[in-house]
Amino acid sequence: MNTIYIFWLRQIKKYLRSRSRLFGSLAQPVLFLVALGFGFGPIFQKAGGGNYINFLTPGIITQSILFTAVFSGMDLIWDKQFGFLKETLAAPVPRLHIILGRTTGSATIALMQGTMVMLLSLLFGFRPYDFSRLLFAFLFMFIIAFLFTALGSAIAALIDDFQGFQFIVNFLLMPMYFLSGALFPLDGLPKIFTIIATVNPLTYGVDALRTCLVNISHLSLLLDLTVLGSLAVALLIVSSYSFSKIQI
Amino acid sequence: MDKSAKAGEFAIRARKLTKIFNGLIAVNGIDLEVKKGEIFAFLGPNGAGKSTTIKILTTLLQPTSGEILVNGYNPIIQQDEVRKSFGIVFQDPSLDDDLTAYENIEFHGILYGIPKALREKRIEELLRIVELWDRKDGFVKTFSGGMRRRLEIARGLLHHPSILFLDEPTLGLDPQTRNQMWNYILNLNKKENITIFFTTHYIEEAEKIAKRIAIIDHGRIIAEGTVEDLTRRTNTASLEDAFLSLTGREIRNEDVGNLDNTRMRRKIMRR
Repeated sequence: MNTIYIFWLRQIKKYLRSRSRLFGSLAQPVLFLVALGFGFGPIFQKAGGGNYINFLTPGIITQSILFTAVFSGMDLIWDKQFGFLKETLAAPVPRLHIILGRTTGSATIALMQGTMVMLLSLLFGFRPYDFSRLLFAFLFMFIIAFLFTALGSAIAALIDDFQGFQFIVNFLLMPMYFLSGALFPLDGLPKIFTIIATVNPLTYGVDALRTCLVNISHLSLLLDLTVLGSLAVALLIVSSYSFSKIQI
Repeated sequence: MDKSAKAGEFAIRARKLTKIFNGLIAVNGIDLEVKKGEIFAFLGPNGAGKSTTIKILTTLLQPTSGEILVNGYNPIIQQDEVRKSFGIVFQDPSLDDDLTAYENIEFHGILYGIPKALREKRIEELLRIVELWDRKDGFVKTFSGGMRRRLEIARGLLHHPSILFLDEPTLGLDPQTRNQMWNYILNLNKKENITIFFTTHYIEEAEKIAKRIAIIDHGRIIAEGTVEDLTRRTNTASLEDAFLSLTGREIRNEDVGNLDNTRMRRKIMRR
C-alpha cells in the first residue's frame, strides 16, 4: 500500500511543480472548444442538434484526459533514460504495486486536467444537465484516465526513445479521437465509420461522459461501464506484464 | 547441511555464472566468492562483463545459467530477500532530478518499508555523514556530480544493507570528493562490517581500497587475489602492470545497447 501511495505521490508532486505542463496542456482543448464550438455551433443548431457547446464539451474533456493520460507514458521513458527506473527495479516491492501507483498517479493528473477543462468550458457557455450526476461523470473520467494511462505505460515499457513513443502514440490517438464521436454525433454515419467507432474504446468514454453531463446518449451507460472497466483491468495487466519485462 | 553452514560465511557466491545476450557472451562461466565484511574490487577493461555481473547479482538481469547466492539467497527466485539485503550505487545517475534530496532518500526509505521514526532518524544521520543535510531541500537538478554521488551513497545505505554494490562509484569525481567518499565507505565497512563490492577503472583505487581483487576480461575471471598475489603471479612491480600484462594493451570498444547509448550521449552533452 505504501509503495502504491509513494508512486502516486511522486507523480502528483512532479506534475504540480511543472507549471508549464499544467497550463500548456490546457491550451489545446480550449482551442478546440472555442474554434469548433463557436465555428460549428450555428450549423449544428440549424440542423436540429441543439446546443453544440454542450454537445462538444464532454468530447473536449475526454480529449484532454486522453492526451494527458497516454502521454504520461513519457514519464516512464524519462525514468528509463535518466536512470531512476533502476532505483525502482532494485527495490523489494512487487512490480504490480509500482505500476499501480504510477498509473493511479498519472490518472489522477489526467482527471484534474479534465476537471480544469470542464471548469473553463463553463466560461464558454457549457451547462451540465444535472448536478447530481456530476459524481458519475467524475467516476467515468477517472476510469477513462486510468485506462489510457495504462495504455501509455504499456507502450512506453516497450519503447526506449521519446521520438518513437510520440510517433506511435500520435498514430494511434488521432484517429481514435476523431472517430469516437467526440466532435460529432455518431448517428447516420457511413458504415465503415460506425464499425471503427464500435471497436474504438474512446467511443464508450465519450458516450458515458455525454450521458452524465448533458444527457445525450448513443449507447447504454451500463455497456459503457462494462467496456471501459474491463479494458482498464486488461490494460493494467498488460502494462504490468510489459513493465516487469523491462531489462536495463 | 555442511554446504549451508559454509554458505553463511559468504556474502556473494557464484558458480559458472553465464549471461548471453543474443548470442554474445557477456559473462562466461565465472566463479566468485566474496566473504562477509570483505572489500572486493572487480577490475576489467570496458565491456569485460563487470556491470552485467553486478546487474545479475542485484536481480536486475536474469542469468542464462549458473548458480548464485547473495547473502545466502538466490537472486533468481528469492528476489525480495536479496533486494532487501544489498544497497547499490549505479554507474549512471539514478536520482529523480525533480525531487529534493530529502524526497529522493525518503522515497527509498518508504520503498524499503522503514518505519517513519526510524527512517527520519537514519536519513538525518546519513545526510549529515555525506554533508548534504544543509542541502536536503535543494532540488537534485541543482546538484553537482559529486553531490549526487554522495546522495546516492547515503540512499544506498539507508536500509542497512549487508552488501554495498558500487559500480564505478568515483567516475567523474574530483580527487577530493573521491577521497572523502572512500573514507566514509571504509569507515562503514569497519564499523558495520558491510561487504563492499565495487568495480572501477582506477587501478590505484583498487590497489588502495580493496582487500581482494578479481580481474575480469571477455566475461571470464582471469586472475584473483590480493595485490601481492597478482603482482607476484605476473612478476610485475605494480597492480597496473599486472593488469596490463593479464588483459593486454589494446584498447577495447564497448558494445552498448540503445538505452546505454542515449545515456552516454546525454552525459557527453552535459559536460
